[in-house]
Amino acid sequence: MSFFIQNLVNGISLGSLYALLAIGYTMVYGILRLINFAHGDIFMLGAYLSFYVMTLTSLPWWAAFLIATIFTGLLGIVLERTAYAPLRQEARINVLISAIGASFLLENLAILVFGGRPQPFPVPEVLDRSIKVGQVSFNIIQVVIPVVTAILLLVLHFVVNKTKTGMAMRALATDYEASDLMGININLIISVTFLIGSLLAAVGGILYACRYPQLLPLMGMMPGIKCFIAAVIGGIGNMTGAVVGGMILGMAEIMIVGFLPSLNDYRDGFAFIILILILIIKPTGLFGSTAKEKV
Amino acid sequence: MRSSQVFTRKNILGLLIFTAVLVLINFLPLDNYYRKIINLSFIYITLALSLNLINGYTGLFSLGHYGFMAIGAYTTAVLTMPPEAKDAYYNIEPIYDWLKNLNMPLIPALIVSGILAAILGFLIALPVLRLNDDYLAIASMGFAEIILVLIRTQFRITNGALGLKGIPRVDSYYLYGGVALVMILFMLLLTNSAKGKSLVAIREDEIAARSVGINAYRYKVISFTIGSFWAGVGGGLMAVMVGTVNQMQFTFQLTFNILLIVVLGGMGKIWGTVIAAVIVTSALELMRFLDEPMDFGIFKDGLPGLRMVVFSLLLMIVVIGRTKIKRRKSRA
Amino acid sequence: MLKLDNITMQFGGVTAVNQATIEVDKHEIIGLIGPNGAGKTTAFNMVTGIYEPTSGKIFFQPDEGQAPQDITGMKPEDIADLGICRTFQNIRLFKQLSVFENVCIGGFLRMKTGWFSNVVHLPSYLQERKALQEEAEDLLKSIDLWEDKNAQSSSLPYGKQRRLEIARALATHPKLLLLDEPAAGMNPQETQELMTFIKEIQAKFDLTIFLIEHHMDVVMGICDRIYVLDHGQMIASGVPEEIQNNPRVIEAYLGVEDA
Repeated sequence: MSFFIQNLVNGISLGSLYALLAIGYTMVYGILRLINFAHGDIFMLGAYLSFYVMTLTSLPWWAAFLIATIFTGLLGIVLERTAYAPLRQEARINVLISAIGASFLLENLAILVFGGRPQPFPVPEVLDRSIKVGQVSFNIIQVVIPVVTAILLLVLHFVVNKTKTGMAMRALATDYEASDLMGININLIISVTFLIGSLLAAVGGILYACRYPQLLPLMGMMPGIKCFIAAVIGGIGNMTGAVVGGMILGMAEIMIVGFLPSLNDYRDGFAFIILILILIIKPTGLFGSTAKEKV
Repeated sequence: MRSSQVFTRKNILGLLIFTAVLVLINFLPLDNYYRKIINLSFIYITLALSLNLINGYTGLFSLGHYGFMAIGAYTTAVLTMPPEAKDAYYNIEPIYDWLKNLNMPLIPALIVSGILAAILGFLIALPVLRLNDDYLAIASMGFAEIILVLIRTQFRITNGALGLKGIPRVDSYYLYGGVALVMILFMLLLTNSAKGKSLVAIREDEIAARSVGINAYRYKVISFTIGSFWAGVGGGLMAVMVGTVNQMQFTFQLTFNILLIVVLGGMGKIWGTVIAAVIVTSALELMRFLDEPMDFGIFKDGLPGLRMVVFSLLLMIVVIGRTKIKRRKSRA
Repeated sequence: MLKLDNITMQFGGVTAVNQATIEVDKHEIIGLIGPNGAGKTTAFNMVTGIYEPTSGKIFFQPDEGQAPQDITGMKPEDIADLGICRTFQNIRLFKQLSVFENVCIGGFLRMKTGWFSNVVHLPSYLQERKALQEEAEDLLKSIDLWEDKNAQSSSLPYGKQRRLEIARALATHPKLLLLDEPAAGMNPQETQELMTFIKEIQAKFDLTIFLIEHHMDVVMGICDRIYVLDHGQMIASGVPEEIQNNPRVIEAYLGVEDA
């Protein structure tokens, strides 16, 4: 039983990280029908930036995290304005190619600037204590992750459902052309979308680095792909779905490896197998609606 | 189609020039380094045309080419390695007996490689293309990653992470250039046929294509399967060119290189792809010095990453710049 | 020949078409009219397999003597195979392909040769292709587009694009042709020409035609019978004179009681 709870804690913590990243994918896809391949690299940049702000300044860790998060969020806007906005009217395949280019660019810039070798991440001591409750022992960061995620999700829920900007975002996702006609400032809303997505990704990246304290320029690639899959599982375009999808994926990964350790080598493959299964069984995802193309 | 015959003056000229080059380079006294770049260019022609079929002609987006290449490379390796070499190099666990004595000449081995890649391409396209083409990009990439996991773990087939050595190497322009020539001819014939035009019709407007009776789903699956076949063949060629295969060779970088060629050469353009394949392959290889230690006085350690920064910028500039030019033209 | 039997189409909570019944007989030209958003194109989309109706059935009888076939929920390409082809309200040509290629693609569904014969260009394929091209040539000549055969289809003026789209549909050898607002965006003279053109092709290709149109002179001028949809409801049907004098139709169009 304690073994199960142990895995449950691990699963929730990994699932929360996936959820943070998946939201960015689902929001962007919902509005622009674009797989933002560079989203995983934004996650990586968040982690690296927090490392540099922490080591190069004498700021306390929480201030460093905050600055790095905001800066990464702004980078998300820059990414959209430079790589995606010029192609908005073009065939989708061109935007996808640009996204691949942007992802590759960020990864290799990271190799160039940060170096290709793994970089140990100095986890703040407050977050790096282990706690033992009964038979279950875990690190305090594993509790922090789901709590931070939950708070951010509540804030996001408020922004999307209660503010004008949030309403405009939902309108844009429902009917792009009509929103344009209604006078919604599309550029602004798209920028806000990228800002929110990138802020969440940055938080995800920093928390990820606290949990697995090693930085690598390619550290965003696999989580990135998995979280897009999480968004598909939940029903692309649906934020609740993205959270649930992230949780399912994180939990499945931990549980399968926990109970069938021989499958450890295959852990990166689970997500794709789940993706294929979902596509066959419920193509619109758990929370997705059946959108029909206008003819 | 009257307006799109296969043997137009341009195509005949292209084929003649290509054949002439293929024959004439044999007389050039080049060292191994340049021979390798030339052979690699030929392989990339085959690979880039196969991606162009999927991407440029059919309008699908596959990122999994490196996975199909890995399948092709390992298949060709296992099928062409002599049994003695298999005894010598499988040092984690011995190879399966049935595989050990499975041995065939290069060309049949390449065809088997292609067929295996095609079967797997078919199996991935079948469920994914039923719904949303966008998911193909992710699913094909995920699939490639699963292939690599299997390669790392199936010691008795692939020798795991250690890879395979002792593959009989082939150093002949005629092999790599010959396959490229066959591929060019194949693409000219396919894309100018009714089936090829149907693929373009699907790319242009899937609903209209279906309304005139084209089974878009089936055509997309077939196109993806054909593309996978040639990716497998290309992977096989890489194995016999280098003489070793290793899971480290097959990374997303390969798909990126091929995609760069397709974008630079022009999506849906055959000769553009051929020329771009040669230029990009040469540039990628010749700029390799950037990644390696060098002595400019300032940088002593080389600048790993810089090479790919240049190429990813190039990719984005071409994609974004092209639309800007197009827009300026349409305004004029 | 075609029967929409009590069909309903709902999108989420919105009912686009509500229990509509439409019958089209062989050799007829049937009009479907109604204000914007009445559900006309949705009805076409159900007939051509793009949408599957929420309830109700659609039957198609390709030839007299054959039993009517249930085509509800069939795939668009299979419905095209049975002999129903259409044009689109917002013109859907294969933009980057030439005029000639657009028409040829319409004929592909009658080709029997497979992928291998295509790639190798076997004689059987070449023979088929030759026949197809000759027919496309005739078709283009008959609609005065032959001089534009090598033009990129998206470069054509609007009126020609509409005609090309009809030609592409004709190349499939349809028994039933669905035209979605063929006169949209045309001036009175072009509209007049279009009416003659529709009459001509109907006679020449032995067609049954089902069309959506806003230009009342077109509908009244060439249709044998007319159906009127309003907010998804079938509010009237009959010969043009009946429709013209139907108070409910007038109300639906003008929105006033005593117009």
